[in-house]
Amino acid sequence: MESAIIKLTELKPGQTGIIHAIMNADIKLKLYEMGCLPGEPVQVLIHAPLGCPVAIKVANYVLSLRLSEADNVLVLMET
Amino acid sequence: MSNKTLKVALIGNPNSGKSTIFNLLTGLHQKVANFPGVTVEKKTGTFSLKNTEGAVLQIALTDLPGTYSLYPKALDERVTFQVLCDKMHSNYPDVAVVVADGTNLKRALFLCSQVVDLSIPVLLVINMIDLVNAAQTTIDTKAISDVFGIDVICMDARNNDGIPALKKALANYPTKAGKTIFNQQLFMPELNEALAKRYQLSSDYASFLIANNYKYISVFKEENEAGFMKDLLLQYNFEQSLQGNETLERYKFISSYMPSFVHNQALENKKSYSYKIDKILTHKIGGYAIFLFVLFILFQTIFTLAQYPMDFFDNWFSAFSIWVADNLPAGLLNNLLVDGVLAGLGGILIFIPQIALLFAFIALLEDSGYMARVSFIMDKLMRGIGLNGRSVIPLIGGVACAVPAIMGTRTIQNWRERMVTIFVLPLISCSARLPVYALLIALVIPPVKWFGFFNLQGLVLLVMYLIGFAAVVISALVIKLFIKDKQPSYFIMELPVYRVPQWSNVLYMVWDKVKVFVFDAGKIIIAISIILWVLSSFGPSLKMENIDKQFALQLAQPQADTAAVTNTMHAHKLEHSYAGIMGKKLEPLIAPLGFDWKIGIALITSFAAREVFVGTMSTIYSVGTDNMLSVKAKMQAEKNRHTQQPFYNMAVGVSLMLFYVFAMQCMSTLAIVKRETGSWLLPVLQFVYMGLLAYGSSFIAYQWLS
Repeated sequence: MESAIIKLTELKPGQTGIIHAIMNADIKLKLYEMGCLPGEPVQVLIHAPLGCPVAIKVANYVLSLRLSEADNVLVLMET
Repeated sequence: MSNKTLKVALIGNPNSGKSTIFNLLTGLHQKVANFPGVTVEKKTGTFSLKNTEGAVLQIALTDLPGTYSLYPKALDERVTFQVLCDKMHSNYPDVAVVVADGTNLKRALFLCSQVVDLSIPVLLVINMIDLVNAAQTTIDTKAISDVFGIDVICMDARNNDGIPALKKALANYPTKAGKTIFNQQLFMPELNEALAKRYQLSSDYASFLIANNYKYISVFKEENEAGFMKDLLLQYNFEQSLQGNETLERYKFISSYMPSFVHNQALENKKSYSYKIDKILTHKIGGYAIFLFVLFILFQTIFTLAQYPMDFFDNWFSAFSIWVADNLPAGLLNNLLVDGVLAGLGGILIFIPQIALLFAFIALLEDSGYMARVSFIMDKLMRGIGLNGRSVIPLIGGVACAVPAIMGTRTIQNWRERMVTIFVLPLISCSARLPVYALLIALVIPPVKWFGFFNLQGLVLLVMYLIGFAAVVISALVIKLFIKDKQPSYFIMELPVYRVPQWSNVLYMVWDKVKVFVFDAGKIIIAISIILWVLSSFGPSLKMENIDKQFALQLAQPQADTAAVTNTMHAHKLEHSYAGIMGKKLEPLIAPLGFDWKIGIALITSFAAREVFVGTMSTIYSVGTDNMLSVKAKMQAEKNRHTQQPFYNMAVGVSLMLFYVFAMQCMSTLAIVKRETGSWLLPVLQFVYMGLLAYGSSFIAYQWLS
């Protein structure tokens, strides 16, 4: 099995990845505090009706964030 | 030690059930105020406990805003930081009760570990234990207690399960600090020592947090102290960017213990029902349709359901006023009481049902978790007009009252989005306008029913609200064209699990808001009502004497119709009273809108609070008549001076309603905006902008309709 590092926004609803890194410093700090840490599995659940924001399942709860924010989250996905 | 007061702070993540626990502990003994200097809501309450030796312990409980961390990034977090890190703060607690959502234990333990490191004795409450159990998971409280060195209890606050245990734990409250979790090795001991020499610091971690964020601690507002701190930080080459590291370290520590804290790690619990509901409530079309339907139900409820208790109040109060008028000795005092105080009081009481229903609705939406979904589906739309998904809740809150709603905008972290939200928010029709709409709609819109249940009056009410919303959208768009964004805006927010709303939470919210309305707004309303009675009962003495003389002559004639003459006399007196003079001065300005001097008086007094309109009308129309008809009937009977047609026709009614939709007639809102933004610029702009909108739209409506 191969794995690739992609943006969280490239995951389709239902797909799961592992958080690899968070790029933007502010967003990183916020997400870290909320338990979105490197190594945590993350699943894309649903997009808001207009495509943004997106709801993800992480650390056993549902988090909503905008696509522009999710773009900063790199995930490891097995292909 | 028989009567000691113990200061306890409640702290926890958002959606951890903190407010439910607060309500359960304090009951109705709670007060809502602000933290000093900022408009972050501070809820405090007191209660007493008996410990095992039978000694009485007074507890002063402070509910801190929900937060994920102690780092003061947003205003809410700043308050939590100030209370817990500054030993000189008036709310600095003897004990911190950390409330954890049992299904999000790791995240809660992260915050808990920070509080523990401040060396404040901690009592950890693991809430929502029902959900944990439902997922066939067990939490080893003993293990957590051992690792952190703190007391741990479990509870299910929603089902009122575990309160005795919590009270018992508080009665035997912890006095020792827990174990230090995160040893701030990167923090220089020399710097720490230098700080500890000058300031009272509870722990190394507290000094670390303060060194990072000293500008939020009150003592550093003094130039000397700030200078001292700056020099010290410079001297020791203190670098500020260790927060990410610390967060990772703390989580690493907690994660290493998670297998011993939680058994059956597969916390794949039954949250999937939430996901199924989300699929419907955030559906492309269905999501918005449901949201609109919810709003529709909301307005229909307010208008139709509230009608019964309102009619009851109205009848009861009229009867009471007649009784007072007839049974107390006639004279000036009787008039003051009946036409001044009671008229104003009636104007307040009658709207309690509507306000209570409205807040019950909002509380239901919030408590069930639906409000967060509303933000979720509205974010992109709101961003389109330069706002934020988080603006939706304050804007909907604005339907109740702009004052708390503007205070609620602090959850919007982006400064520009927050300012724009505050600016446009008073355009939303608040509950103070509701009495005005209700009265005017009842006056000029026929009570027709369509298809058996569509109430035309309810529909017009909905339209009034929609006009307000439209004004918000258009105004925000215009502002977006002129003010550009500098700061990044965020929408990182938890979507809480759907829960059946808790009735006690709803009731406490309704109780709080009704109390604020009756006592805070009520005070102003009664005061204005009395001032108005004085203004409308007295006038320049020469003129008044002349009227008295003139009518005394008429009354002296044997064939005089006493009642008719008295009425005309009162009408004359009102017209020449101080209020009448003021209203008349205003009349040329407002005549193009279809308003007469009586409405002019109401516009002046409405500046205190919009609902005073109704009280003013009651007072104006009760002065000069000797029966106790409701204000609606009196206004209905009012004739146009020139045409002898009913004065309150469609054109005047609509024009007046539009005026109230737009005009900034609320000194409390202006005051709160000044406080939230720190300058008079925004309130002055709002006043002018909304005033122009009101005048313009009323002018167009009246000229077009009449």
